[in-house]
Amino acid sequence: MADVKKIATREGYSDTLVELCGEIPNLYVFDADLAGATKTSKVKKAYPDRFFDCGIAEQNMMCIAAGMAACGNVVFASSFAMFASGRAFEQIRNSIAYPGLNVKIGATHGGISVGEDGASHQCCEDISLMRTIPNMTVIVPADDTEARLATRAVASMYGPCYLRFGRLAVPVVFGSDYKFEIGKGVVLSEGTDVTVIANGLMVEKAIEAGKQLAAQGISARIVNMATVKPIDRELVLDCAAKTGAIVTAEEHSVIGGLGSAVCEVVCEEKPVPVLRVGVNDTFGKSGPAVELLDIFGLSSANIVETAKKAIALK
Amino acid sequence: MDISEKKQLSLTACRVRQHIIEGTFNAKSGHPGGSLSAADVITYLYFREMKVDPANPQWADRDRFVLSKGHAAPALYGALAVRGFFPEDEIKNLRKPSSFLQGHPDMKGVPGVDMSTGSLGQGVSCAVGMALAGKVAGKDYRVYALLGDGEIQEGQVWEAAMFAAHKKLGNLTIFIDNNDLQIDGTMDEVNSPYPIPEKFRAFGWNAVEIDGHDFDQIADAVAQAKCDADKPTAVIMHTVKGKGVSFMEHQVGWHGVAPNAEQYENAMNELKAQYDALQAE
Repeated sequence: MADVKKIATREGYSDTLVELCGEIPNLYVFDADLAGATKTSKVKKAYPDRFFDCGIAEQNMMCIAAGMAACGNVVFASSFAMFASGRAFEQIRNSIAYPGLNVKIGATHGGISVGEDGASHQCCEDISLMRTIPNMTVIVPADDTEARLATRAVASMYGPCYLRFGRLAVPVVFGSDYKFEIGKGVVLSEGTDVTVIANGLMVEKAIEAGKQLAAQGISARIVNMATVKPIDRELVLDCAAKTGAIVTAEEHSVIGGLGSAVCEVVCEEKPVPVLRVGVNDTFGKSGPAVELLDIFGLSSANIVETAKKAIALK
Repeated sequence: MDISEKKQLSLTACRVRQHIIEGTFNAKSGHPGGSLSAADVITYLYFREMKVDPANPQWADRDRFVLSKGHAAPALYGALAVRGFFPEDEIKNLRKPSSFLQGHPDMKGVPGVDMSTGSLGQGVSCAVGMALAGKVAGKDYRVYALLGDGEIQEGQVWEAAMFAAHKKLGNLTIFIDNNDLQIDGTMDEVNSPYPIPEKFRAFGWNAVEIDGHDFDQIADAVAQAKCDADKPTAVIMHTVKGKGVSFMEHQVGWHGVAPNAEQYENAMNELKAQYDALQAE
């Protein structure tokens, strides 16, 4: 794996914002004193008149973004996932989503892989929180390629979106031919015994798990489900029908995120065993991101073991 | 402002107050007290000040109004209806499932409503965003927001105040409906925000105190606000909760309770008498 290029998804997000500023004259970017970390500082440098720093006031930032959008602008608002989705939850719900305004929330530093900053900053609840809000589109890109495509895609759709990016440099798994579409999952490899549905940095681990399972004679279908809402029901049901067992994998609480979204679809229309790999209803802790992912079971090895359990439940 | 102009505003405000009573009575719920205290400034803005077009509510260059104290929706709906944004008949359907008149303003449903509000503290930040949008686009429209006095207990109001002054949003004017009563009691009993003007001045704003039921004073405050292109202005309006209906005035109990049939009759009779007296002047 040493030769695989690694880059954090927040980089592709902010690079694309700079490109979009050149293409969309009424696009504005807001941050709350974390521009250096979210990387929206690139916008500040390239297009200083399109960038506004609200200071450490995320609630105010979300509503200012709403007001800007209500005047016909395309607005991206960035902070860490914890403060964007947590602290400003109600502002997002009432001032952005309820009126259906064209605000895109670009949340970086999602999940356990924040690393050393520890539990107060390791948001594993954001997808659950955002998914429950009507009108909200929720996307978790897997790598740099998808981060760029997803940022571009949401800029050209009207309405509120939540995009989740990471701090940790992660392998680039998709090439330049990769196609991203909001609301569509992508089958990365076919299989017949079990499906692994993953998003975010767990996609690369799912691909790796697929190889390990194949070596053990287990045929796993691997799916990237970047859009958690609206979930690609058709593809989830196809996985349930074709493989009869599903494992979900996400860098998020097992409560309310991708795993829950998949369970909801499967339970309602095509019940098959679904096991969830994710953060098991616990807070994170400080440590190097890569070590933490293993400690919390966010690993290809855990996906492999969980896939076997899912198959046994068939 | 000449006498006939003031008389016309007073008549319109009285009509708005009738709609407040009509709406909350029919809905059997709502917030008459804080709607009645806000009726005069809202009337002033929509009938003498703001550039708006009822035939084109989404007109891009219009002035904007954000009812940050969204529970005073009946006052806003009354003014918008009388101004011609939608039929006055609709007021009686306030808060009913078949109506677009939600308990708190919904910009997607109500012609003329510029921002959905209801959760206190948020509307003022949205107004700041609108003022910023106008400034960066080089537009000359102005943005107004109306806040409750209790609402300024929300920390977000002060985040908004800090940012608006920092960005020199002289196109933003906010009104504080200082009727001195909030749900749980007087401001002093609950959690005093006084002195209010000093707080806004400390945040870099212009601040003036006026009688919020005096159209001349409202006009002067707005004119004064327009003179400073670099500073937002806070107009702290001393008002009477329940203004215009004798038994509701100064009564904290009329914050979020609708009149019953007898109270409705009495209130409407009082307002009709006021209207007739004004007309006879």
